[in-house]
Amino acid sequence: MSEPILATHGLNKSFGALKATNDVSIDLMPREIHAIIGPNGAGKSTLIKQICGGLRPDSGRVVLCGQDVSGKTTQARARAGLGRTFQISDLCMEDTVLENAVLGAMGAEGVAWRFWRSALKTSVLLERAEAALDRVGLAEERNSRCANLSHGQRRQLEVAVALTLSPRAFIMDEPMAGLGAEGSKRLTGFLDGLREEAPILLVEHDMDAVFALADRISVLVYGKVIATGTADEIRSSQEVREAYLGDEI
Amino acid sequence: MTLDERYINGLVLIGLLALPLWALATDEPFTITLVTRAVILALAAVGLNLILGIGGMVSFGHAVFFGIGGYAMGILAYHAQTYTALDLGFFETDGTNSMPVIWLVAMIMSAIVAFFIGLLSLRTSGVYFIMITLAFGQMFFYFAISWAQYGGEDGLSIYVRNGFPGLNTLVPIQFFGICFALLCIVLFLFSRLQSSPFGLALNAARQTNARVETVGLNPMHLKLLAFVISGAITGLAGALFADLNRFVSPTMFSWQLSGELIVLIIIGGVGRLMGPVIGACVFVALEHFLGELTEFWHVYLGIILLCIVLFGRGGLIGLLTGKEGAHV
Repeated sequence: MSEPILATHGLNKSFGALKATNDVSIDLMPREIHAIIGPNGAGKSTLIKQICGGLRPDSGRVVLCGQDVSGKTTQARARAGLGRTFQISDLCMEDTVLENAVLGAMGAEGVAWRFWRSALKTSVLLERAEAALDRVGLAEERNSRCANLSHGQRRQLEVAVALTLSPRAFIMDEPMAGLGAEGSKRLTGFLDGLREEAPILLVEHDMDAVFALADRISVLVYGKVIATGTADEIRSSQEVREAYLGDEI
Repeated sequence: MTLDERYINGLVLIGLLALPLWALATDEPFTITLVTRAVILALAAVGLNLILGIGGMVSFGHAVFFGIGGYAMGILAYHAQTYTALDLGFFETDGTNSMPVIWLVAMIMSAIVAFFIGLLSLRTSGVYFIMITLAFGQMFFYFAISWAQYGGEDGLSIYVRNGFPGLNTLVPIQFFGICFALLCIVLFLFSRLQSSPFGLALNAARQTNARVETVGLNPMHLKLLAFVISGAITGLAGALFADLNRFVSPTMFSWQLSGELIVLIIIGGVGRLMGPVIGACVFVALEHFLGELTEFWHVYLGIILLCIVLFGRGGLIGLLTGKEGAHV
């Protein structure tokens, strides 16, 4: 069996008496989509923040491609290959779609410290940015201001910016949030193809998408992983039913 | 009616050049001095606009750099005019009357101070950032007041304007030419910077730190560098301002001046290339014409500022182009 691209080892995080992350060890294998599901307040976002930086775990390690990144900053982890999308679109609203994508390309190409040539005329940046926009279907909106995009288009742009980074692993925090049935379906198809490029750690509430996509599912309840398994295993697990899924299946 | 911003920019620069030439032809040297004053204030505000407009850092202490520039000129020229040595502790040097040397010293000193102020202030944001930069401004102000060696509260008078190779800087139009050329150079650099990758990233850092970090860039480093460049530009303006008046005093460090620089930018248009230039022209014109009519001209300035903030968020440029700046 090959090495996991991304793994957490015994992550713990408490806020006062609340144990938001309780000994979480999960991993992400090449070409895999590993979904993390759980009720609201289960600690999914807290977990994501510890993986991506921004929140320091009390104990435990995060390993990316064999490299311990636990002590590193968010930006160092991004450079090491973590491509994150946000639950609530966090884009530069005043900028155009293309500018947002070019920002991602700058990170990937390491050309932020240039002061002379226009960023939008730098071909390495443009090519990378436009390729990403093309893939998510936003090429025609390249000159629209981000603030004027629909909610669904912003979600697409979130994914496009992550694509420009050519990450080793994607961390997607509810990419389907707020998308209609049609939009969810399209994004599901897209993510299914994306796994060939880099595996995806997917936090998602849309159970149809999760069951359609995920190779493995981990169920997080009160900060603890109560079960990890294939879609079928999770569906049939009594414990998961009681804790979370209820009659959703 | 809306105009293309590029036309406005061009017209403003042409106007700024034509007015002193006209004043020269009609022998009105005071007008030239007035326009020179506007040009220098504009230069100082262009420096601030880099961090305020693009980077979203409201520095309420930019007079620090204006003052450092002023004192760099004052101290160097004072030692040159009194033929005394400038003792820096580890080595002694003579003063200088050479503008380029003074500019260089002003910019380097401002940049160094900006680095340390930025390092501390950028740990905060919003109101705290405003307050901490204000506090630094006051520190320098009171230091200058008690700096007896260089005039303390009374400041330093420099009797002869410093020299620039090949020019007679005491001729108003020639000194104006120097200031105008420097403003044009800095504006050009500003416009390059604004569209460069660095400018794009800085602009993004204003809008969302988290996004910038997520693409692997450090927003703190971006902002700190912008702060240093900004300080150096405002320091250069300070050196010119001191040379214009042939006088330096602690008022160059005053918080009122920091506030005026912010006001200039808001009048013209935050984050716009020519915003500070238009703002400075309007400000100096009001100061002059309204100041002749009433001592209380600041009241009218206040009303104008209020109208701009309430009705034209993009400043005067925003009103003329019909495009509101999306941010203040």
